Amino acid sequence: MKKSTLLLLGGATAVHAQGYQLEVEIPRLKVSEYHRPYVAAWIENADRSHVANLTVCYDTEMKNDEGEKWLKDLRQWWRRSGRELDMPVDGVSGPTRPPGKHKFAITEALAKLPPLAGGKYTLVVEASREVGGRELVKIPFSWDGKKLSAEKATGKSELGEVSVTPIEAKSK
Amino acid sequence: MKKTIKTTALATALIGCAIQPALSHRAWLLPSTTVLSGENTWVTFDAAVSNNLFFANHRGVDPESVQVIGPDGKAASIQNASQGHFRSTFDLELSQEGTYQIFSGRDGLSAMWKEGDERKRWRGTAEELAKEGLAKKEGVRLSENVSRVVTFVTSGKPNKEALKPTGKGLEIVFTHNHPNDLFAGEEATFTLHLNGKPAAATEVTLVKGNDRFRNDAGEVKVTTNEKGEFSITWKEAGRYWINASVSADGGEIDGVPLSKRSSYTATLEVLPE
Repeated sequence: MKKSTLLLLGGATAVHAQGYQLEVEIPRLKVSEYHRPYVAAWIENADRSHVANLTVCYDTEMKNDEGEKWLKDLRQWWRRSGRELDMPVDGVSGPTRPPGKHKFAITEALAKLPPLAGGKYTLVVEASREVGGRELVKIPFSWDGKKLSAEKATGKSELGEVSVTPIEAKSK
Repeated sequence: MKKTIKTTALATALIGCAIQPALSHRAWLLPSTTVLSGENTWVTFDAAVSNNLFFANHRGVDPESVQVIGPDGKAASIQNASQGHFRSTFDLELSQEGTYQIFSGRDGLSAMWKEGDERKRWRGTAEELAKEGLAKKEGVRLSENVSRVVTFVTSGKPNKEALKPTGKGLEIVFTHNHPNDLFAGEEATFTLHLNGKPAAATEVTLVKGNDRFRNDAGEVKVTTNEKGEFSITWKEAGRYWINASVSADGGEIDGVPLSKRSSYTATLEVLPE
């Protein structure tokens, strides 16, 4: 199994990357009234135009889609993409997440991304919390169609560590 | 030398007085929020004329004068209107997706004259003016006014149907940037029109809200270029008051000179990056 996967990817390299994933840390906050944050992650071009959505976590449990009323508080995401969409979006949107580290698949979005020779994309993560704050964390990255090279970033208030890591081929 | 200093001081003082009226009595419509998501959302508005922005300290605007154009370009209705001493309020349900224009406008002639020691002021149409023979009053001053106070709110995806220019008086035409898509750190360009044509070399005044808490209101003045365009780089998020006013010779009525005046005022919200 491992062998055939590697063959499909066109050979063995130092890191047997099958793809990449986004890891977003939602910090545990000591506040009297805590609501899980709305979180959106997307990829932008250097001119800040929207390329692909990676995830949108919002309150999907409320009656009459009431949870959609606060999607606009993810202000940049709302502006760049959200207001053009019909929620929910299959494979992208989902319920809010508790504090902790959460992984999101990005391989599929990357596959659709035109490889930029030496060019830069930006992965943006935005979080907004009811009776709380709002924060944007940006990770510039380059993508040549095969290899992704990304910086790491850490939020100060509403987001913890945000990183893009290769999904390594499972050894078993 | 001493004399020169005195003269300078006097000139400064006089300029100070002359500026005062321009700083006072600003009309505004203030939405509780401008960018909305989800369905059947509501916005509540304050409408007032005041010295400070956006603090109601002079008088409320008559809600009867308020009109709304919906995202489909058709009139929409306000609800729960109430006129207060210092400010009026009303609500708008955003039942359609897109951009709404909310405005209060005045359009007509005004006459001012004195009867004995009493100052008289009249407003109406050209026909009414002729009927009442007001142009024959001694010392009468006539002016034609087109004024518009506007704001905008958007549910979902912004559109421009409600933003279509009227071709009357001064107005901002949203050629480059949408009024509900403004963010701190970015530059926005707007086009000012007068009677449907670009208003070149016209001064536009910009004041950020909460001037009550600043010793210097920080008024910014920009002048339109030959295409009527002006640009603003939003340094900070907040609610801004934008105004342009012009006054020109407008011929005469029954031998009385008519001055044509127009003013346009918009409240715009700029969101943090």
